[in-house]
Amino acid sequence: MLEAVQTDPPLLKQMSALPTLRLLTCGSVDDGKSTLIGRLLYEQSLILDDQLAALERDSRRHGTDGDNIDFALLVDGLEAEREQGITIDVAYRYVSTPRRSFIIADTPGHEQYTRNMATGASGADLAILLVDARKGLLTQTCRHAAIVSLTGIRHVVLAVNKIDLTGFDREGFDKIVAAFKSFAAALDFKTIMPIPVSARHGDNISAKSANTPWYSGPALLDYLETIDVTEDGGGRPFRFAVQWVNRPHLDFRGFSGTIASGTIRPGDEIIVAGSGRSSRIARIVTADGDLASATAGDSVTLTLEDELDIARGDILCEPKNRPEVSDQFAAHLIWMSGDKLLPRRSYLMKAGTRTVPATVTELRHRLDVNTLGELPAKTLSLNEVGFCNIATTAPIAFDPYKENHTTGAFILIDRMTNETAAAGMIAYGLRRAANIHLQGLSVGKQDRSRIKHHKPAVVWFTGLSGSGKSTIANLVETRLYAHGVHTILLDGDNIRHGLNKDLGFTELDRVENIRRIGEVAKLMTEAGLIVLCSFISPFRAERAMVRDLVGKDEFIEIFVDTPLAECIARDPKGLYKKAMAGEIENFTGITQSYEPPEAPEIIVARNTQTAEQAAAQIVALLTARGLIDRIEDLADDWSI
Amino acid sequence: MKKTVSPHLRRLESESIFILREVAAEFERPVMLYSIGKDSSVMLHLAQKAYFPSKPPFPLLHVDTTWKFREMIAFRDEAARRAGMELLVHINQDGLKRGISPVASGSSVHTQVMKTEGLRQALDLWHFDAAFGGARRDEEKSRAKERIFSHRSAAHAWDPRNQRPELWQLFNTRIKQGESMRVFPLSNWTELDVWDYILAEDIPVVPLYFAKERPVVERDGSLIMVDDERLPLLPGEVPRVESVRFRTLGCYPLTGAIRSRAANLPEIIGEMRASTTSEREGRLIDHDESGSMEKKKREGYF
Repeated sequence: MLEAVQTDPPLLKQMSALPTLRLLTCGSVDDGKSTLIGRLLYEQSLILDDQLAALERDSRRHGTDGDNIDFALLVDGLEAEREQGITIDVAYRYVSTPRRSFIIADTPGHEQYTRNMATGASGADLAILLVDARKGLLTQTCRHAAIVSLTGIRHVVLAVNKIDLTGFDREGFDKIVAAFKSFAAALDFKTIMPIPVSARHGDNISAKSANTPWYSGPALLDYLETIDVTEDGGGRPFRFAVQWVNRPHLDFRGFSGTIASGTIRPGDEIIVAGSGRSSRIARIVTADGDLASATAGDSVTLTLEDELDIARGDILCEPKNRPEVSDQFAAHLIWMSGDKLLPRRSYLMKAGTRTVPATVTELRHRLDVNTLGELPAKTLSLNEVGFCNIATTAPIAFDPYKENHTTGAFILIDRMTNETAAAGMIAYGLRRAANIHLQGLSVGKQDRSRIKHHKPAVVWFTGLSGSGKSTIANLVETRLYAHGVHTILLDGDNIRHGLNKDLGFTELDRVENIRRIGEVAKLMTEAGLIVLCSFISPFRAERAMVRDLVGKDEFIEIFVDTPLAECIARDPKGLYKKAMAGEIENFTGITQSYEPPEAPEIIVARNTQTAEQAAAQIVALLTARGLIDRIEDLADDWSI
Repeated sequence: MKKTVSPHLRRLESESIFILREVAAEFERPVMLYSIGKDSSVMLHLAQKAYFPSKPPFPLLHVDTTWKFREMIAFRDEAARRAGMELLVHINQDGLKRGISPVASGSSVHTQVMKTEGLRQALDLWHFDAAFGGARRDEEKSRAKERIFSHRSAAHAWDPRNQRPELWQLFNTRIKQGESMRVFPLSNWTELDVWDYILAEDIPVVPLYFAKERPVVERDGSLIMVDDERLPLLPGEVPRVESVRFRTLGCYPLTGAIRSRAANLPEIIGEMRASTTSEREGRLIDHDESGSMEKKKREGYF
């Protein structure tokens, strides 16, 4: 060990010059995914002495294979899953053989963690799908194959594992292969390579096994080391999402980002997809000097010949082959949250480097991933896949996911919990978005406001049934009216008799109820009114949606915080009595939750404050915000 | 001069730069945790590339346990000066007052108080909402499942059961008031990638990584360097001068050296390819039990 180490430069160079293959392993619980990876590492002598010692110690404590080494323990990292014996999260392993480097995503088979499988699949070039030779295709196998295909992976290895336990039976193997090929015919795979293996004993892993003389294909490792997964994509169009505007000083304005596809050179003409403005590339700047060209995957900083208004989220493209620009499109969604999809609810959509509010306007169908059939559906739950129409609040530039994974993928984020709620893949833009143009009007909101001598706003009262919302709203309107302020009061019960009489009280209907009211309130602010809205509006997300819709400067949220016990005691309409007797379903506070606002402009504590005091406080806030003049001043003006 | 870097490293570099830029674009107060080791050296080098010609738009932060090798501290100050970046140094003063040290308190208490608690104090003190760390997934089993953008509650807690899925390069950077994100731009790098890249890009690293005659004592199978007079010698222990180097750098009484004559980068890489032990073996704090890294992480250790 103390000898000076002789280095071998040609070997170093050869090893580090190889392309990396990104792959994932998936399949049902207990099909042996972790064992397969552990076996690969072991046979490539990639398990180091101290790791092996730890493995032997752990195998005796947690192992499922008696005194033998349990290879799965090498890759099952977290304590909790070691005790349960299942992989519960995506683990990444890094393997280098003399011929190739691999990044392996080991993904779980347990049903409730399918979202993690989709995560591993989203960055991979190839999938190893494991099947237990004794059990054949299972629901999970089909589900995973469908997700692998949906996420755009074109190459699959069907590893029929535990082949030793069927006595290396060729007929069983052939049956599984035939069944898979028949299922996969509807999927979009370029290659399918079936290999009979035993991860535990090493058959057909690193070398071909003498136990399967009937199998004429390569061993698994040999196949992985040689497969070419590059898409025939030299001619793909240039796409570059601006990630960060680089302004070290006044004389330099560059656009930093990673090239999604295509190639660019100084002098090339580019278009900003959203605005259609054009310029030419001046320089391709990197810390290692300017480049003569840059291609897909390169992180660079571009400067342009002209000053264009460009920000993070914009997509630069070539003039003759542009992405679609639309605020409506059809997409596949893989739902990843424990909270169900609510159509019409506002989520945040992150696509490329752009984040915009988006809603699912229509769920067209749910995909039965076992049969690939289309099912009617009103919502999506955790692990379900659906095909839907999505609308964004501003147009975005995109390509169909099939043509470009980088510009066609997005995630949906829950606005309240910040959870990643779904993975999405855009199928195509919806034409109607291109054909409906907003009509430009001559008289604007500000013009209408000016002749009223006050600014428009939405004052939103939220709280439990019987909390006193309508009483306070009514007092506020009376005061404003008396002083010449133009108002309208929208009240829950009244709206449900007309505009929203088709809606009930389920979560879905409540979301639509508030969406419509939000749109109506917005129209009325356009007319210059101060709109008082009195609605239980139990969900934060919908109140946030209305806030976004009308703009945060014109939205004032009043939380009428009367304790539930007091509302029940008051029970002005006798509704709590009925709800508690089970006569009314989905009653807020009793059988449906109420999410109190996190940062309302005013909290009315009705057990300590009278309705008159609350109304005065609200009018004072409107004055302080500059929405209305001081009421005394108005009175003075009129008295002249 | 244009350097030759393999396509494999070029891709890793490009992906790390994307991550670095995403943080600059989406967070208000990022910071880079700079631990002086080889991974920090690579991370700092990547940051200088990512924002060029701008300087990295955040400071460096070193949580100093006061037990780092003297050569590390000298290197740290020089690295920050070279990069032209602000260097923040935080020491857990409360821990110092309590007399916490690896010698007196043992490795796990020392690490908990001076590193984990010290880090939390620093993040709270400066209100950072994102902190870069140089951890890699290949280092340890529980780290293989760490996200690149790893969410922390307002109390800095990590919930391994409830991590956000990471799809494509679409990182969910949303946090609530008081919460923060730990970001690991080197997640997909291996130890060998790091050394290959240091060689290809000629990145300065602490001289302790290179073999040299150094005074050491052998304890429980590890070679501990006698860096200053604070290391009490056990009865019968006499420091010997041996040719040693370090694969990983931490607090000197907790970091074991290996016998080696690899005095330059190609020799280190050659030695690594022949090596049969993983790099964290030199870290005494991981030896308590196999799940110990995960426990530390839940408490806020990197």
